[in-house]
Amino acid sequence: MSLDTLPRAARNNHRRARPPGRRWRSRLDVKAMPYALVSPYFILFAAFGLFPLAFTLYYSLYDYDLTGTVEWAGLGNYTSLLSDDDFWRATVNTVSMFIIATVPQMLLALFLANALNKRLKFRLAIRMSVLLPLVTSVVAVAVVFTQLFARDWGLVNYILSWFGVDATNWRAERVPSWIAIATMVDWRWTGYNAIIFLAGMQTIPRDLYEAASIDGASRRRQFWQITLPMLRPTMIFVVLNSTIGGLTLFAEPMTFYNGNPDGGSQGQFQTVAMFIYKEAFREFDFGYASAAAWLLFLLILIGAAINFLFVRRIGGTK
Amino acid sequence: MMISKRRGLAAASALAAAALAVASCSSSGTGTQSSAPASSGAAEPITIRVQTFGGGSNFGYKNAVEKWNAEHKDIQIKHENLTDQFEQQYWPQMIQWLTSGSGAGDVVGIDEGGMGLAKARTEWWADLKEYGLESRKGDFPAWKWENGVAADGKLFALGTDIGGMSICYRKDLFEKAGLPTERDEVSALWPTWDEYMNVAKKFQDKVKDTKFADGTNTLYQVVLYQEAAKNGNVTYFDKDNNLIVDKNPAVKAGFDFAQKMSQQGLTAKLRNFTDEWATGTQKGSFATVGCPSWMLGVVSGNAGDDAKGKWDVASVPGGGGNWGGSWLAVPKQSKHPKEAAMVADYLTQAQTQASIFTDFGNMPSNTKAQQDPAVQGAKNEFFDDAPIGEIFAKSASSLQPVFLGVKHAQVKNAIESVIQGMDDGSVPYDKAWQQLVDDAVKAAG
Repeated sequence: MSLDTLPRAARNNHRRARPPGRRWRSRLDVKAMPYALVSPYFILFAAFGLFPLAFTLYYSLYDYDLTGTVEWAGLGNYTSLLSDDDFWRATVNTVSMFIIATVPQMLLALFLANALNKRLKFRLAIRMSVLLPLVTSVVAVAVVFTQLFARDWGLVNYILSWFGVDATNWRAERVPSWIAIATMVDWRWTGYNAIIFLAGMQTIPRDLYEAASIDGASRRRQFWQITLPMLRPTMIFVVLNSTIGGLTLFAEPMTFYNGNPDGGSQGQFQTVAMFIYKEAFREFDFGYASAAAWLLFLLILIGAAINFLFVRRIGGTK
Repeated sequence: MMISKRRGLAAASALAAAALAVASCSSSGTGTQSSAPASSGAAEPITIRVQTFGGGSNFGYKNAVEKWNAEHKDIQIKHENLTDQFEQQYWPQMIQWLTSGSGAGDVVGIDEGGMGLAKARTEWWADLKEYGLESRKGDFPAWKWENGVAADGKLFALGTDIGGMSICYRKDLFEKAGLPTERDEVSALWPTWDEYMNVAKKFQDKVKDTKFADGTNTLYQVVLYQEAAKNGNVTYFDKDNNLIVDKNPAVKAGFDFAQKMSQQGLTAKLRNFTDEWATGTQKGSFATVGCPSWMLGVVSGNAGDDAKGKWDVASVPGGGGNWGGSWLAVPKQSKHPKEAAMVADYLTQAQTQASIFTDFGNMPSNTKAQQDPAVQGAKNEFFDDAPIGEIFAKSASSLQPVFLGVKHAQVKNAIESVIQGMDDGSVPYDKAWQQLVDDAVKAAG
């Protein structure tokens, strides 16, 4: 069989290569095929990324009421958003929760990764277990945390009462509600980030540490002087990722208040994403919600840029 | 990109909620369904999805649905209770389904707060006259019937229950506070709301770990609806749909009473129809709660069987009122409007409504059911055999309809958020009224 097919294939190749008119086709094959092969991603991105983005921009210029009319509004949605106290409150909430959640999360993930990078018994099992919170459904997480942070019968208030702290109403006070939600976020995402940090740490050449040990550098010194600077690219990725996730925070605060996008009786923990949801799907003001979505997009760009510049300075630049 | 992500999330969460609802229903419902032998005529039975909202036993359809499914092999009812919250979750979701043309059930429940909009959007609904339901007119009080008829004459909804008013209270906690526990004596304690507040103070002096009332919102609603009956039967909108929140004395009266209760520390600061409130009902965080007839089912459902006999029903201070009550409509998008109309017809029949009342407590709007001796003599087992027939049926015929505007649901939510915020400390008492008016204007806008 192979005797039979091989010569034929060879003959075919030979024949294809010979006519000069067909040469362009093979060149097209070389030049265009790679693009064709990567195109599914770009087609999908255009359909589910670019198009909605443009469509949202388009609708943000209209007064679009789902149960009523569509009228041209120009920049009206944007100007009223910028003077809308509720929107600014949501922005402050989102940024505050992002900071409260992300700073401890990054530090914890880093130290966790460093610990996991050492020689341990059952290393694989321990590493895997760090990822467990991530595979838990966010709704299940929210249900458990909602009960932990309940005012009357919650475990957290019970424990705090041992230290003489009065019962905190975690849904009514602004800062406590932020802390509760940040805890939820951290519980879920710290392990994930730790695993990415761990992967980054494993790419750092061993001989750097060996040389440092010979020079008498302590373990701690090695962490700050070798691990951290070498981890910078990983850190940029992780921080940007957390910025996007943190600023679009939605599911946790939403479930924390019975799936009500108000986020507390007076929007104590309403995030921008919840604000958009509320405007779009409860007030049916799609234009206003679209404009808010674009402002959130800008906010994320700004946040990402600041964090990028900040992280680039970690460990000193050479 | 950002918004698409959010829409996805929203859709996913809605799906999850629906799936949960379906799962919880099917676990109790499939028993009868699977045992039904395939009838000779139709190979595949038609499934009519009935969608409702509300806490506890909500519409009280459990037994009625089981009975129908046992008797009708070719048409099976699938009851989906989607969420506790009407204004915040159920109704916005329903509006999306109705606008987009798919997703809504074959028969859907509408709270009084949604009827203003439902009436204005007649294109959403099937005309029940086409299925001969015009004949049901004589079964209902005129106002209940007419609210289901749109301006263009389309009959789109049939009445289910009506409000009525009472106070549910915990006997064991009253005893602890040294108060009388018998319902007649308790009713005699509070002919007026001022006296109710005095009882509350006495209770609070004796009992520290339980508050007298659940929160501000339930009390606010009860007083609002009582006062509305004295002020032209309007709440947030006048009959031309103009916002009158700042002018209607009924709103101010409800607000003032809620504020006084809150300032004196007599409320448990729980927002009604939330998980914490439901847990509070179960664990005894509060001793009384304002109880329109349908609230009996919510309380018994939330409190659970262990609390049986601990609760009782007394009369409400300040006379009757009509808070709540719902309708059933058939969306135009239903693929089986005829069968759906049959189910809506069945669920609003005198016999069905009477059995719902005796089983769960939702007061029938059907006048024949109201006159049914079984209803008038009904006792509620959960509430220590309280004569609910006597308590609710007497006042049922005198209840008046309250007009609710097209944007009632949005304004109600904004106002309740301020009243709750005042209770939980996020809105200062002296600024609460102004904020209530401002937020109502914003929500109506």
